[in-house]
Amino acid sequence: MSCDFSGTLLHAYLDGELDAMRAAEFERHLETCRECTATLGVAESLRSSLQRAQLYETAPVTLRKKIRAELKLSAAGASRSPVAAWRWLAAAAAILLVTGVAWYAIPRFHGMSSESASSVTSAEVIDAHIRSLQAGHLTDVASTDQHTVKPWFDGKLDFIPPVHDFMDEGFPLIGGRLDVLGERNVAALVYGRRKHFINVFVWPTKEPDTPIHPPGSRQGYQWVHWRHQGMEFCAVSDVSAQDLHELAQLFIQ
Amino acid sequence: MSSTGHAKGWDVLDSQDRARFEQLVLPHLDAAFNLSRWLLRSRSDAEDVAQEALLRAFRFFRGFNGGDARAWLLQIVRNTCYTWLEKNRQVELMTEFDEDLHQQSAANPETLAIAGDNRERLARALETLPVRFREVIILRELEGCSYKEIASITSVPIGTVMSALARARQRLQRALTQPAQQEAPHEL
Repeated sequence: MSCDFSGTLLHAYLDGELDAMRAAEFERHLETCRECTATLGVAESLRSSLQRAQLYETAPVTLRKKIRAELKLSAAGASRSPVAAWRWLAAAAAILLVTGVAWYAIPRFHGMSSESASSVTSAEVIDAHIRSLQAGHLTDVASTDQHTVKPWFDGKLDFIPPVHDFMDEGFPLIGGRLDVLGERNVAALVYGRRKHFINVFVWPTKEPDTPIHPPGSRQGYQWVHWRHQGMEFCAVSDVSAQDLHELAQLFIQ
Repeated sequence: MSSTGHAKGWDVLDSQDRARFEQLVLPHLDAAFNLSRWLLRSRSDAEDVAQEALLRAFRFFRGFNGGDARAWLLQIVRNTCYTWLEKNRQVELMTEFDEDLHQQSAANPETLAIAGDNRERLARALETLPVRFREVIILRELEGCSYKEIASITSVPIGTVMSALARARQRLQRALTQPAQQEAPHEL
């Protein structure tokens, strides 16, 4: 009766910690799993309660003053005796030991091994998209000419992203930008679609090609993900999922 | 904790270090206080412990490698809190993992919303959670830390952060919808 995901993956999804592909996979799972749908509803409700309740407690002003004064003394004064240092280190080691023993191992899950800690999450992709829409951030090089945009990346990244204009297909190239996703530099290609903007994030990968992954959505934004010829792509926008899929196909052709 | 175990003892820090510390670390005093307050469930104890942690952080400051200052500080704060709990409320650290995993929560979003609308009740429910579950909720929901940051603050793998959060949320829901449950010992 109990779905394995409701106690694990679901929370990573709720917290925006899944990469785009796994988030989309989980959304497909949600469509058929009543338990996960219910659990997610409860977890979201709990989160908004926590946010509404304003439980955050800020430090009293007096504390800040006290610490400043102590720092002044400490910086001016002599160093402490090494004996005290060792006592503290021993205590710290003891705590680590106790913590390590008490905190028993909990089932690992494949969706988020430490290796994928460096991969990109859906929340990051959407944040990057939203950031880019704020004034003056959309493009570093504004040009509809792929022969201007592509060389612009040369020397700024350790790879050269594929750049094409799809004006005739209804996706005019607007420009390019450097961005950061999951702590690595990526190329962002900006396309127009009627009055909307699409960010296509590109970075190199050693993984094999994958087909265009069914769209995921979050906060009203959609994204699709695919890998093609050593590059990983994530297109994100508020346009329809179908439009994104169409653009993705143009990249693969 | 960072690699500050010089055999010669504490680093001697000068006024330049202090200026850098005030610029990089002191802005996270609220985060330090908030975490202490919820781990210790007391404002006055939190004041003492947060102060101690900040001074400790200053003495270790040379070991700070310039990464995420908030996560670095919160790791020290957390360890200082645990030391304090061990000394003053050892029972709290012992009676932790008695949970019944098979007990299903009957919560639904509506009843939860009603229960959760009461700040006092929510705070009390949070305080009944074992400290290791409480800390992930505080770091995630109040401090807005990523799993990676929580993992580094609490020194556990990222997968463990996720399952701890899952169980912490489940427990919190239960505490909110079944208010009659016994409370953890508050004062000894």
